[in-house]
Amino acid sequence: MNYIPHTDRERQEMLAAIGLAGIEDLYTAIPEEVRFPELDLPEPLTEMEVLDELQALSEANLDTRHFSCFLGAGAYNHFIPAVVDHILRRSEFYTAYTPYQPEVSQGTLQTIFEFQSMMCQLTGMDVSNASHYDGATALAEAVILALNHHRRKRSKVLLSPAIHPHFREVVRTYMQGMDLTIHGDESLKTSVKDLIEKIDEDTTLVAVQYPDFLGRIEDLTALGQAAQDAGALFCVVANPFALGMLKPPAEFGADIVVGEGQPLGIPTSFGGPYLGVFTTRQKYVRKMAGRLVGETTDTRGQTGYVLTLTPREQHIRREKASSNICTNQGLMVLASTVYLAAMGKSGLRKAAELSYHKAHYAAQQINALDGYELWNKGPFFHEFVVRCPRPVEEINELLLDFAIIGGYDLGQDYEDLQDHMLLAVTELMAKENIDHLVEALREVGS
Amino acid sequence: MEFPQDLKYTENDEWVRVEGNAGTIGITEYAQEQLSDIVFVEITASTGDELSKGDSFASVESVKAASDVYMPVGGKVTATNDDLADEPEKVNSSPYGEAWLMKIELSDASELDALMDAAAYETFCAERG
Amino acid sequence: MTEVLIYDLSAPGREGVKLPNTDVPEAPLPEGLVRTMLPLPEVSEIDVVRHFVRLSQLNYGIDIGFYPLGSCTMKYNPKINEDAARMTGFAFTHPLQDPEAAQGNLAMMYALQEWLAEIGGFAGASLQPAAGAHGEMTGILIIRAYHADRGDKKRTKILIPDSAHGTNPASTAMSGFDVVEISSDERGNVNMDELKAACDDTVAGLMLTNPNTLGLFDEHVREICEVVHACGGLVYGDGANMNALLGVVRPGDLGIDVLHYNLHKTFSTPHGGGGPGSGPVGVVEKLLPFLPDPVVGILEEATPELPPLYGFIKPEKSIGRVKSFFGHFGVIVRAYTYIRMLGAAGLRAAADHAVLNANYIRVNLEKLYPIPFNRICMHEFVAEGHWDDVPEIHALDIAKRLMDYGFHPPTNYFPLIVHEALMIEPTETESKQSLDAFIDAMQKIAGEAREEPQLLKTAPHKTPFGRLDEVQAAKQLILCCRPEWMDQP
Repeated sequence: MNYIPHTDRERQEMLAAIGLAGIEDLYTAIPEEVRFPELDLPEPLTEMEVLDELQALSEANLDTRHFSCFLGAGAYNHFIPAVVDHILRRSEFYTAYTPYQPEVSQGTLQTIFEFQSMMCQLTGMDVSNASHYDGATALAEAVILALNHHRRKRSKVLLSPAIHPHFREVVRTYMQGMDLTIHGDESLKTSVKDLIEKIDEDTTLVAVQYPDFLGRIEDLTALGQAAQDAGALFCVVANPFALGMLKPPAEFGADIVVGEGQPLGIPTSFGGPYLGVFTTRQKYVRKMAGRLVGETTDTRGQTGYVLTLTPREQHIRREKASSNICTNQGLMVLASTVYLAAMGKSGLRKAAELSYHKAHYAAQQINALDGYELWNKGPFFHEFVVRCPRPVEEINELLLDFAIIGGYDLGQDYEDLQDHMLLAVTELMAKENIDHLVEALREVGS
Repeated sequence: MEFPQDLKYTENDEWVRVEGNAGTIGITEYAQEQLSDIVFVEITASTGDELSKGDSFASVESVKAASDVYMPVGGKVTATNDDLADEPEKVNSSPYGEAWLMKIELSDASELDALMDAAAYETFCAERG
Repeated sequence: MTEVLIYDLSAPGREGVKLPNTDVPEAPLPEGLVRTMLPLPEVSEIDVVRHFVRLSQLNYGIDIGFYPLGSCTMKYNPKINEDAARMTGFAFTHPLQDPEAAQGNLAMMYALQEWLAEIGGFAGASLQPAAGAHGEMTGILIIRAYHADRGDKKRTKILIPDSAHGTNPASTAMSGFDVVEISSDERGNVNMDELKAACDDTVAGLMLTNPNTLGLFDEHVREICEVVHACGGLVYGDGANMNALLGVVRPGDLGIDVLHYNLHKTFSTPHGGGGPGSGPVGVVEKLLPFLPDPVVGILEEATPELPPLYGFIKPEKSIGRVKSFFGHFGVIVRAYTYIRMLGAAGLRAAADHAVLNANYIRVNLEKLYPIPFNRICMHEFVAEGHWDDVPEIHALDIAKRLMDYGFHPPTNYFPLIVHEALMIEPTETESKQSLDAFIDAMQKIAGEAREEPQLLKTAPHKTPFGRLDEVQAAKQLILCCRPEWMDQP
């Protein structure tokens, strides 16, 4: 099954027009010895047959429709209104290319402009780009922005240990070709206050997560002030869904706010595609990587939108570009924009508060169980840590029999947190689901 | 196209006007035409900075290109043209006059010998097409 | 024919989606950490739907018409792929759930790794990079790690042909290397003399796009790889133009050591208005240990009773993670479905017809448009959008006028080595009628350029919008909207 419309006759006509006898003659430039290899791939299937195979593969997974999911750790199971997918299925959106020809791309361009606006409104920042691949690469780009801002004269990057482990790994991968030190995250014991002590004149960027990887939220004003005093840039890695309820990082003095936009209308889809949010202050706009959409007018006097400040980008600046990013997360931008429009001011606030209340109820109930203890001492949003009476891996295996996907095993990333589980609760969890989890934990804990 | 006689030029399209030991630097009419409508000028050096020949001290941006501007000769910065932040289009309309980018005190006048005069630069531009 | 902003449809107190009230006791909100204002729009569901449907109608897409964008491979996006990606087990699984509870997904990822490696002639692949440029950076970091592992610290340069896509030098710079540009010769191939002169023990590798951005298969590709290997360097292949090579030749067999694939080009996954893409990398045997962490592997071989047990494996000398989680799984599902339905024969047919279509357009336009490297091309070719007898007409004007004929223009102004370039890539999913209509439009435009040049200079006329003022956009820099009503609680 292929999607090729040509008939035999048309092929012949076309070959004749080109002046060739057969298709093979198109390939004379290819070295004969390696031409036309036999590819060892399975025999093709028709659409009908492939559906069966895909169904079997799909069912060879446990999914979060049939299992209650209390797993978060950077990807969250939220309610997605039906309108989102309906709009995503409009092929004028998904079969469109990057909007380099604005006259026929206003749908995409205006959507991005609205997205940029909403990201600014959520974070309190002045400008947003049109997305990065995910929150982790957005953080890496924030580091690059800071390095360029200081003209490579500062070489220390300070990261909180409570930033998502994947994010910190990605920053290290991105920076392996550069001469700098990444520190601050060696021990989970390093608090926000401790980070303040570590800022010095050689620090280019200090970054924290809000809520952090362990669900905690705290006032970051002092850290923001300390960064500013030292001339370092202050980056907050935020959960944009949480910003439906929490104070925007702009109020702590953030210079850059990045984050993972998956919670805004994008299903967990086994890890991707997600949405990297990148917002910053007006003064850094030219140092920002990624596409940017700006407002303008056309020859007919209509208000319209175009990609702007394009000389920053790779296709013009080439090796001098601040980033190599070309393709971004276009369709996910649409998903989150539709999501935020559909949920609106009241919907997002309510979903965030529901997540908050349900998580606190779950934490309280689990804390009351023998053998389990809530680890979080201060405020948390919708994720919290629980010390368990036995290894998390064992508990999670047993929970599957209760149709529950348990939380994240923190022992994998933090030495001090063996047997500690990170649990997330969203607005999707009804009280019965939470009570069922508590019962299951009670049973498997003994 | 203008090629003022009293200036010296580089292959990267910078010009320098020297009066005594004071130099004024900008980019040429050819350069602004290649860039087309300039939308942004950023001067990254500040008064008091000591720069060498070849150091980048500014960047000029249009909708289709962004160019770095380099020191044609070394020197100490005595003034930068801050008007260009609000009126970048002056680079298009007056590249040799109002849109000077920077003034310096030359550190080594002999560096001027390596630059092109107006005639040489005009030929250089003609060959580039 | 504009559409208002979503904010203009907003009214205070209007609700969209409604959620149930809390069924658990309310916990006190964290003091000092709750926001007082949330300036988002307040619209009803019907407003949302109408707004975005109307916006969609201002777009052009492959499902509307021909999109001959060179280097982008705008082939038809099969609908079955869209349904596949939405299946419950694919869309509603959490990346961190127990791998034993995600065997379907892992099996799919493993299969795609194997298939991509087979198609490219490599020993293995990683599906983690999120896009082509991301794959490039990954590949260059792999090369870097390879040399570092050998204890070779002298290699600071990457050679890049002047016809390369801008992401190539950008990715190189990001990875900490210096870029050395190699020119193309008069036949559009990499200049062999320059290449040989540049290859020494300070060169880490060469980035090669083959077919190149002129749509030409380099006539010396095997020699190029030999020369680079001889000086101890590696060859990185930019696989953006893979559509011409499927089943025709494998980059690994030509001497490429590491290559990125663009699933959103060659393997039919949709462009989505700018993304998401997916840029897996394939590598030769000696580079397997350096792949990003993790790859999918078989932990326990299959038995007569049980399928293999798949899991995540960290390659022993991995360059590390290049993004969170495992890659763009939703895009992977679509590519898997596509390859599963085409098979080897289908992939070869795709390449054959892509190359056939490109050459058919080329021979029909060669008398009207200058084609600098006019010989059998691969899946795309570059024409010049400029004539000496009408110097005021530029490629841009031709592009804009094409929109009046109902086509999306070809790629403009790239590659940089051709003056006023129009890069035309039809792909295999266009019929002869579609190509003939395009050729006809291009012929008419060539005529209009002489008779009524103003039609081109002021085009487009028939699209929802006319030319947009980019200078104004860059000067006023309005990048987001903040209506005053937003500042009220």
